[in-house]
Amino acid sequence: MSKPKSTKKPAIFFVAKEREPLFSKKNRGLLKDPLDDNNPITVQVLGICSALAITVQLKPAVVMTLSVIAVMAASNVIVSILRNAIPNRIRIIVQLVVVASMVILVDQVLRAYAYDVSKQLSIFIGLIITNCIVMGRLEAFALGNGVWKSFLDGVGNAAGYGFMLILVAFFRELFGSGKLYGYQVIPDSIYEMGYENNGLMLLSPMALITLGIIIWVQRARNRKLIEKN
Amino acid sequence: MDFVNLFVKSIFIENMIFAYFLGMCSYLAVSKTVKTAVGLGFAVIFVLSITVPINYLLDNYLLKPGAMSWLGEDYAALDLSFLSFIMFIAVIASMVQLVEMIVEKFAPALYGALGIFLPLIAVNCAILGGSLFMQQKSFASIGESAVYGFGSGVGWLLAILAIAAIREKIAYSNVPAPLRGLGITFIITGLMAIGFMSFMGIKL
Amino acid sequence: MNRDSNAYTFGFAAAMVLVVASVLAFTASSLKDLQSENVRKEKMQNILSTIGIETDREGAEKLFNNYIVEQLALRNDGSVDETVDAFSDIKLAIEVKKDAKTQRFPLYVAAVDSATYYIVPLRGSGLWDAIWGYIALDEDRNTIKGAVFDHKGETAGLGAEITQQWFMDRFVGEKIFNTSGDLVGISVSKTNNDPNDTDKDDHEVDAISGATITGDGVSDMIIERLQHYLPYLKATPADLAYNN
Repeated sequence: MSKPKSTKKPAIFFVAKEREPLFSKKNRGLLKDPLDDNNPITVQVLGICSALAITVQLKPAVVMTLSVIAVMAASNVIVSILRNAIPNRIRIIVQLVVVASMVILVDQVLRAYAYDVSKQLSIFIGLIITNCIVMGRLEAFALGNGVWKSFLDGVGNAAGYGFMLILVAFFRELFGSGKLYGYQVIPDSIYEMGYENNGLMLLSPMALITLGIIIWVQRARNRKLIEKN
Repeated sequence: MDFVNLFVKSIFIENMIFAYFLGMCSYLAVSKTVKTAVGLGFAVIFVLSITVPINYLLDNYLLKPGAMSWLGEDYAALDLSFLSFIMFIAVIASMVQLVEMIVEKFAPALYGALGIFLPLIAVNCAILGGSLFMQQKSFASIGESAVYGFGSGVGWLLAILAIAAIREKIAYSNVPAPLRGLGITFIITGLMAIGFMSFMGIKL
Repeated sequence: MNRDSNAYTFGFAAAMVLVVASVLAFTASSLKDLQSENVRKEKMQNILSTIGIETDREGAEKLFNNYIVEQLALRNDGSVDETVDAFSDIKLAIEVKKDAKTQRFPLYVAAVDSATYYIVPLRGSGLWDAIWGYIALDEDRNTIKGAVFDHKGETAGLGAEITQQWFMDRFVGEKIFNTSGDLVGISVSKTNNDPNDTDKDDHEVDAISGATITGDGVSDMIIERLQHYLPYLKATPADLAYNN
């Protein structure tokens, strides 16, 4: 069932190889691992800046997650297609240009055709381009792997990132303003008893501490992740 | 003197890590030992001190609305600011590639220790943030932008040095296993950030 | 061809620059008209909402032309510069950087039913980037009829809350001149002690938790911009008629 490696085809875009089923165990792993074992935020330590800035409320966290999934899927695919053509010495610049151009393109189109959406997203544009996860996965994976795998890796990592984002935003919005996704969840009766919103939760230092606690819980459940001294 | 004020302000009051929370990824990941932290810190200082003035020139003579008027009257209406992002990033990425080549040649041990975080300086939000803040603050001269870039870098170095020193010390403490390493670092950084909040709003 | 050779590297870089530059430039220029239309209509929407007229972008232009009876470009001394179109010619982002003597200050005069309102555009800096807005004054040129704020990159949930109606509503009814006739503007204050904003003579509104610097930016831009309009704000109706 395996096709022999073709030595005659130009090496730039196409290498015929063994057919791996689309959703083989390894490929499914690419989607699942970043949710826990290889989480971009809590294990790979990437994407922290936005995890602090965007998680004050749930709504921006969700918007950011969807945007990052789209950007990472697309940029991983593009860089993977070009991977054999990119000269080594300028690879960082090329990766950045790919991501930046794509994000700017999307922003320009939105500003013309969906102005209100673009206003919501405009603040995120900068945060997405400089999101270490996007660059990090391009460097670590897309440069050396095929298109389908890179696509899965991009979606998987973005989903893992989004999961953490939403988790932190959940606690910050709940304890910081008593709301979830903009809707008040803590009933007025509790406020009348003397409960006050924890204003510090709205600020970034508490996001850091919340993340620390999440890591604590994650590593207590998944002992493999504990660092050896 | 204005330069001294600007310098002190960019280190403490507008500290890239503790006031704006930029550059956190490499800050958290590379602060295990003081040696690597200092190495990365100096790289950040170098990149910031050079890219901020260069981007200042780019912004003032090319990108700002009306910047191209030195070429001629008809160019005064040009507004290339939508290219700012990509131009700033291109300058930064080139500088980082240069730094990477230098480090690989002259300090291979540091190169190995920094791993992926050396090329990640290119997307280090602190570096791009430095240039974007410079654009927003509209400095009067290239000297001011250089002081700002250098000061921001020093502030970043200070922050990563502090956390690395603390991490080296707590290696001897009884931190619970799941919290060891990254977890406790997050919490300590959060506490340090709360401390730095006392600088917020001070007008020099 | 050797991927790492100088020739290939330069060639690739050049090709990439060409492709990216042309794609971005093409997109930006072909979409420019649509984008500026959106921005123009949004500006009209914002100005209208300060006087309490809410509209979607489609109906904005018609209502704007209906209600805004004058668009003035003022000089620092209060006189009107007839050669400048306040709405289209003055880009506040650039204008604020000019010297006060050369700056032109836009002012929109609105007539709704039998009431007259004066709308002043604002621009300043928040925590991360620029913030701007519009403030509408009643006929007495002292009480605030309404305010609208916007920003480029403030933090979602913190500084970005200045765009929320509940924040902008706090300004309604506040006065910009104190009883001695000095221009004091409005302070976004943490020590306000008046969270429901019932005291309309304190020249303060309650700040947003966690958005101190953005709030300060709002206070600063209000007083900074308004002080340039002092000659106009203090002029008697007779003077104004003469100016127009």
